[in-house]
Amino acid sequence: MSQEVLDTLNILGKMGWAIALHGGAGDIPINIPAERREPREASLRRILQIGVSALNAKSSALDVVELVVRELENCPHFNAGKGSVLTSNGTVEMEACIMDGSSKQCGAVSGVTTVVNPISLARRIMEKTPHIYLAFDGAEAFAREQGLEIVDKNHFITPENIERLKQAKEANRVQQDYTQPIKLENQNVPDGDSKLGTVGCVAVDNLGNLAAATSTGGLVNKMVGRIGDTPIIGAGTYANKFCAVSATGRGEAIIRETVARDVAAVMEYKGLGLKEAAAYIVDQVAPKGTTGLVAVSPTGEVTMPFNTTGMFRACATEDGFMEVAIW
Amino acid sequence: MAGWAIAVHGGAGVDPNLPAERQEQAKQLLTSVLNLGIRALKSSASAINVVELVVRELESDPLFNSGRGSVLTEDGAVEMEASIMDGSGRQCGAVSGLTTVKNPISLARLVMDKSPHSYLAFSGAEKFAKEMGVEMVDNEYFITQDNVEMLKLAKEANSIVFDYRIPKAGYEPCSTVVQSPIHMNGLPIHIYAPETVGCVVVDSEGRCAAATSTGGLLNKRTGRIGDSPLIGAGTYACELCAVSCTGEGEAIIRSTLAREVGAVMEYKGLGLQEAVDFVIKERLDEGKAGLIAVSKTGEVAYGFNCVGMFRGCATQNGFMEVGIWD
Repeated sequence: MSQEVLDTLNILGKMGWAIALHGGAGDIPINIPAERREPREASLRRILQIGVSALNAKSSALDVVELVVRELENCPHFNAGKGSVLTSNGTVEMEACIMDGSSKQCGAVSGVTTVVNPISLARRIMEKTPHIYLAFDGAEAFAREQGLEIVDKNHFITPENIERLKQAKEANRVQQDYTQPIKLENQNVPDGDSKLGTVGCVAVDNLGNLAAATSTGGLVNKMVGRIGDTPIIGAGTYANKFCAVSATGRGEAIIRETVARDVAAVMEYKGLGLKEAAAYIVDQVAPKGTTGLVAVSPTGEVTMPFNTTGMFRACATEDGFMEVAIW
Repeated sequence: MAGWAIAVHGGAGVDPNLPAERQEQAKQLLTSVLNLGIRALKSSASAINVVELVVRELESDPLFNSGRGSVLTEDGAVEMEASIMDGSGRQCGAVSGLTTVKNPISLARLVMDKSPHSYLAFSGAEKFAKEMGVEMVDNEYFITQDNVEMLKLAKEANSIVFDYRIPKAGYEPCSTVVQSPIHMNGLPIHIYAPETVGCVVVDSEGRCAAATSTGGLLNKRTGRIGDSPLIGAGTYACELCAVSCTGEGEAIIRSTLAREVGAVMEYKGLGLQEAVDFVIKERLDEGKAGLIAVSKTGEVAYGFNCVGMFRGCATQNGFMEVGIWD
């Protein structure tokens, strides 16, 4: 669709809102125990509803994606905020990123250890500094200056993640977030930057504005100081007038394929629609087993493709369509 | 068979009143590192090795804003970042928040080659550097008197919004300079220090690589990360091309500038120069930046929409050029 038609449709207010969110893509086994599957599904459903209510109340896309990602961060079942995976030191180091499609303003943060909601810190950086990206001590200091909610580092750590780290250390490798007991002969994960598990949200509001937000604890047993794709604009997070994208999966692949940016680029430069563009990137460009994403367009379309076994996800559109799924 | 090509830059956004002697120094350094790269290419070094080699040289020289000679943070220290990308296979490595690593670009290369990750920062990066046995120095090593003076000026400028008369330190201590209307990244151009050095190369096998390194934005708050270590923003290389950007970091990030050159070549079928021109003209919005690029077919190109960019380029057929202005 040409920019002129898009603009006209936006002006006429013909666009409905749409929202999609994810809780991480990866090798999620079909036989995942109910006690691990159900709380996540229930959380996706609950948090989707929060986003839907906000959109119905005419909140902006930017406000909605921040709100939804805050909820996902606060939920201990996903790898962001509370429930983040642990570094090799047994600590939590979080990162997040937010982007406003209309203005292309963005904010990103890495190395966060005491800020309850990294996504809100990213937004604050975007709105209150001339910068885009702050990290580690500088980010923590800024959070305090801004009066954001700060807690003890232990707030974020869950027993599940202590166990994951233990397993990863025993296997002596950097591990995906969602894994079964380790089967060395079944490795489709080369030693390397296997980042799975992130949370994210994309939305288009009733005015046709797009926004994307992503947040994560990163990779189990990662080296202290390791940064993944989430805070890198164009890799894990991107929004412009064509679409809003939040990606999840293996960080190194997402970075080198500039996944989020390329979905929008293919729409703009090759004239593909949202679903086609996202499918092209996930199926033809990103290596199998590495990538999932959620994306929305200004005309209220939603797509959630992935080339991993599964991706925790949910979406809804104004005409009443709603979906919560894993595989 | 398309030949090799190389381009280097020492930053975009140059004071139009830069004294002739400083301009000459810059051109000499650009020429010398270009020649270093050319010698390496003539002896069949691979693109990825050449870009690292050249950027190391630029980091070691105190003239430009990277490694030694980096600008200072608001606390008066040096905090460096860098990234490197190998177009064949698109492996990449990046580092931020370095304070004691003599050559950030080499640490970025080690992250790419020897760590399970793509990007390490701050204390984690420094720890990795120790484990790798790279050369480490005190933070003082990187600090030059020029940059101490520039920080003073920047802090003064930040407290005066528009009208000011400030003597140019190091040039003519007793003279005053009429306010320059040109600003880059919030600083008046005569105080602004061009951010970054970079190198892009296509070798005789058609492999492209890019490397970028910087001390970042003068007077930045500690922890501020710019475009230079961000793949797709300040640095990018793929099978088609390699790109290194410089200028207003935030504008480069927002426009994913380096990836953009590759994307329009790939998705719109533009040639290298067309792609560079399109991206500089259409993708920066209000931002000011420049970039250098090479293509797998041995072409070299550069573009910038600000006042000046320190750059040099050369191709196998004997073409060579070093410049600052339009």
